[in-house]
Amino acid sequence: MENLSVLVEQAQAAVAQATDEQTLEQLRVQYLGKKGEITQLLKGLGKLSAEERPEAGAKINVAKQQVNESITARKSTLSEAALNARLASETIDVTLPGRDKCCGNLHPVTHTMERIETFFSNMGYGVAEGPEIEDDYHNFEALNIPSHHPARAMHDTFYFDAHTLLRTHTSPVQVRVMEKQQPPLRVICPGRVYRCDSDLTHTPMFHQVEGLVVDKDVNFAQLKGTVEEFLKVFFEKELAVRFRPSYFPFTEPSAEVDIACVMCNGEGCRVCSHTGWLEVMGCGMVHPNVFKSSGIDSEQFSGFAFGMGVERLAMLRYGVNDLRLFFENDLKFLSQFN
Amino acid sequence: MKVSEQWLREWVNPRIDSDDLVAQLTMAGLEVDGTEPVAGDFRGVVVAEIQQAEQHPDADKLSVCQVSNGSEVFQVVCGAPNARAGIKVALAEVSAVLPGNFKIKKAKLRGVESHGMLCGADELGIGENTGGIMELPANAPVGADIRCYLNLEDKVIDIDLTPNRGDCLSMAGLAREVGVLNKADVTTVVVTEVSPVSDAVHDVTVQAKADCPRYVGRVINNIDVTAATPQWMVERLRRSGIRSIDAVVDVTNYVLLELGQPMHAFDRDKLRGAIAVRMAGEGEKLTLLDEQEVTLTADTLVIADASGPLAMAGVMGGASTGVSSETQHIFLESAFFQPTTIAGKARSYGLHTDSSHRFERGVDFALQRQAVERATELLLEIVGGEPGPVIEVVSEADLPQRSAVILREERVKSLLALDIGGAEIVDILQRLGLGVEESASGEWKVAVPSYRFDIAIEADLIEELARIYGYNRLPVCAPTTTLTPMPVKETNVSIKALRRVLLARGYNEAITYSFVDPKIQAYFDDGEQSIALANPISADMSVMRTSLWPGLVQALQYNQNRQQQRVRLFESGLTFKRKGEKIEQVARIGGVIAGGRSEESWHGKVQSVDFYDAKGDLEALLSLGGAAETFDFKTKTHRALHPGQSAVILKNGQEVGYLGALHPSLEKTLGLSGPVYLFELDLVAVQEGRLASFRELSKFPEVRRDLAILVSSSTELSAIVQAMQASAGEWLSDVRLFDLYEGKGIEPGYKSLALGITWQHPERTLTMKKFPDLLIA
Repeated sequence: MENLSVLVEQAQAAVAQATDEQTLEQLRVQYLGKKGEITQLLKGLGKLSAEERPEAGAKINVAKQQVNESITARKSTLSEAALNARLASETIDVTLPGRDKCCGNLHPVTHTMERIETFFSNMGYGVAEGPEIEDDYHNFEALNIPSHHPARAMHDTFYFDAHTLLRTHTSPVQVRVMEKQQPPLRVICPGRVYRCDSDLTHTPMFHQVEGLVVDKDVNFAQLKGTVEEFLKVFFEKELAVRFRPSYFPFTEPSAEVDIACVMCNGEGCRVCSHTGWLEVMGCGMVHPNVFKSSGIDSEQFSGFAFGMGVERLAMLRYGVNDLRLFFENDLKFLSQFN
Repeated sequence: MKVSEQWLREWVNPRIDSDDLVAQLTMAGLEVDGTEPVAGDFRGVVVAEIQQAEQHPDADKLSVCQVSNGSEVFQVVCGAPNARAGIKVALAEVSAVLPGNFKIKKAKLRGVESHGMLCGADELGIGENTGGIMELPANAPVGADIRCYLNLEDKVIDIDLTPNRGDCLSMAGLAREVGVLNKADVTTVVVTEVSPVSDAVHDVTVQAKADCPRYVGRVINNIDVTAATPQWMVERLRRSGIRSIDAVVDVTNYVLLELGQPMHAFDRDKLRGAIAVRMAGEGEKLTLLDEQEVTLTADTLVIADASGPLAMAGVMGGASTGVSSETQHIFLESAFFQPTTIAGKARSYGLHTDSSHRFERGVDFALQRQAVERATELLLEIVGGEPGPVIEVVSEADLPQRSAVILREERVKSLLALDIGGAEIVDILQRLGLGVEESASGEWKVAVPSYRFDIAIEADLIEELARIYGYNRLPVCAPTTTLTPMPVKETNVSIKALRRVLLARGYNEAITYSFVDPKIQAYFDDGEQSIALANPISADMSVMRTSLWPGLVQALQYNQNRQQQRVRLFESGLTFKRKGEKIEQVARIGGVIAGGRSEESWHGKVQSVDFYDAKGDLEALLSLGGAAETFDFKTKTHRALHPGQSAVILKNGQEVGYLGALHPSLEKTLGLSGPVYLFELDLVAVQEGRLASFRELSKFPEVRRDLAILVSSSTELSAIVQAMQASAGEWLSDVRLFDLYEGKGIEPGYKSLALGITWQHPERTLTMKKFPDLLIA
């Protein structure tokens, strides 16, 4: 038994020298395996007296445990070192760009329309769409714009023939909705519209979103509330909104809506022509003649409508300074609107 | 409409400054576009007289003038051809400052001293360049400051009137409005009846009574057409944007501005027989005042005589009977033409005049006589002459009828959410010049004056109340409603979802014009069903697109021309086709790709996109609705596509779109760097999906067998897969191609396909032994 501690020391020294798992396994077998040197000592216990046996057995077991612990510790040291070495060798430059990172963008007009739609959907409005090649009746007549009405001069209309045209506004969709459904109605009508005009500030095609609410007891105060709320949400700030009397044949009373210039906060700048105000929408109470053409009783129901130019709102929101950029589809432009 | 503030304030002078007045007009619905001073910013310029003018000794075009300002005489060198002794001029004295901060100093011009400068109207910002210096009337007081003398401390207010407010297209109308807004008194021009000094009349017959219910005229003989228009009138015309022509025309224009009545003066000696107000004969010709000859249509109202049309009623006079420097006798016309008769007429001839602008919107039909009297009065002062009696032809029955409009207080409350009380309602309406009579409790009968063409129903009165009360003072409330939940069809794939898929796959969204160049469109479509605009902006935007491809390809071209190597664009929108009598407007979604499969990067060489990139993107769209298997791709040629790389997309056997490589020769024609791949399909086809339906998951393992087969190069995979599906038994769960090889080691005309075939049984483990007989394809 004297050599037990020597044996343990020998084993521990060998373990400390081992540099891989295989060697450690060999050492385990050599000392602790069935025929291992320490295990063998247990077999010699039979030669001892019954009094000596428990003490000697305990000593051998302690020795076994010591060697085993050394092996386990060495193993974990070795594997940790191996892992560290691997990790070190696998270090990369995390600033290199990822693979296929590119993701495209929505057109800013679509993006703006989606924002507008989201606001009004949350307010319980449905979305209605209509044809872009329209007839004279829906684009004009039904909206209280008979032929030769001076307001027609304000709509530079693209014609196909005397009765067929490209819609000049999204308002005909209002009419189509009212023809099909009875109140209560709450819809917005987004889409492309066309005017025969092309210069620095006009493109022959642009986008509008029209809104229509028809119900019992709909009033101008609600129109004001709706429009103000929308503009604050759209521009994500408290801004001054004012309503100015105006004229649209299909609403009465009619109003233009101005907001405090979002570029200069109403101080006056180039964008607002130094007035501090920006015209952003038209609106009003649905004209009784429009109800009449669509078969809705204007004594029983009232309604309001509003319409806005999407490009105009997008330009103000993102500071785009040239309308024509919207239809050039330059990737350098399109990729700016995430 | 341009309005001199000074002139307006002579009519009505509220105690508010210019900025407040402008703001007030805008907020009352008379939108002010801007204001500008009537003169440039200058000082030190006085009325002076040229006493002497001599040729400059060393310069042909210069003269040396001795100019008096009343107290001193200065020597001034002047280059104007009209500088001559005896005329009154504007002298900028030494130390004067002209617009643009231009300081006048003593100078020597070609050796001759000059103490000041004689000014042209343009140099003072008060008129156009006439090629010489401004000549002031002979009675201009020498020494007076020009700014005082010409009343230049004034602003022009430019008002953009909406078409319903024709009543404000005059000083009288605007003053009336400003008076209402400020509760201020309005001074109107007192028009006195001029007693005729001759009995000269001219016969007038009105055949088109409904179109011209009132025609008023007057003969004035023996006028002096050479008399100069007074300076004050010239100035007022100028500030209103009208150029002085001659005294007679100036007076008719002045009355137009002052009262709003368009007038016309005929040279009476050129009239042949009676004046007839009638519709034109189809094809009749008329040479207008601007020397333009027009061919009239039968729906045009004309003023004619025995020789034919003399003027386009309410639009423009004719050249042959206009006032000229030889005119001695005139016939003045002041008529009321029906707005519906004049509306759109000027525009149909490409014209727009101050007269048509007013008649279209409605001229006060009670104004004609007054206007003739006012014009006569002014003419007599300026050009003299002998007026005859006023001639008036009227058809009362055809004049606009102003029926009373009922206004209910209840309605005001419910539409405006405003309770201002009956007294204020009545007050506002009365201030507007409306006749108000209580017809029942809380209800009034409102009489509309002849100058208001925009008040016919109760809503019009409510707007007037709101306008005068102030839109901004009206209550605001959050909208309330009973919400009815909107049904949303789950199987419907939203356009938003489709867009997001393409964005995630690297596409940018484009928006191109719905009208395209027919030449470009012809590459994609035979054009038989395309719809052309009657009045396009330009030839390259003249037909409606039948496909999204022309626009997308042009957007690609635009970007390639700007060094973009890799382009992926998509668009959704309507396409337009004529189908017999009908027009089909079909929403489609399409895309174009060209350049690298991914962006250039350190990850290795970037391969160019191919057919299967576009197809993969398209398949991603098709799978969104959960019904990908309802779609098939079949080889089919398309005029714009590479014949070997072109597929029609079928949904349940119906053609819904195309996919393919742009034809190489078209690529070349369009100057594109290829290859370019395109897809397009009907939106509704991708949007109609299928409701998901649960299938039990099998707990048992799959078995897979790989198979390599050699087939002829022209054999399509879909045929092989179909054959396998037909014979591989009901537990077949997947067939996939995992390798394709052609070339070395394979007989030419053949290809080698490697297919992985997977089976899975819902209730037990399959062993390969059960299948060998199924694998004989």
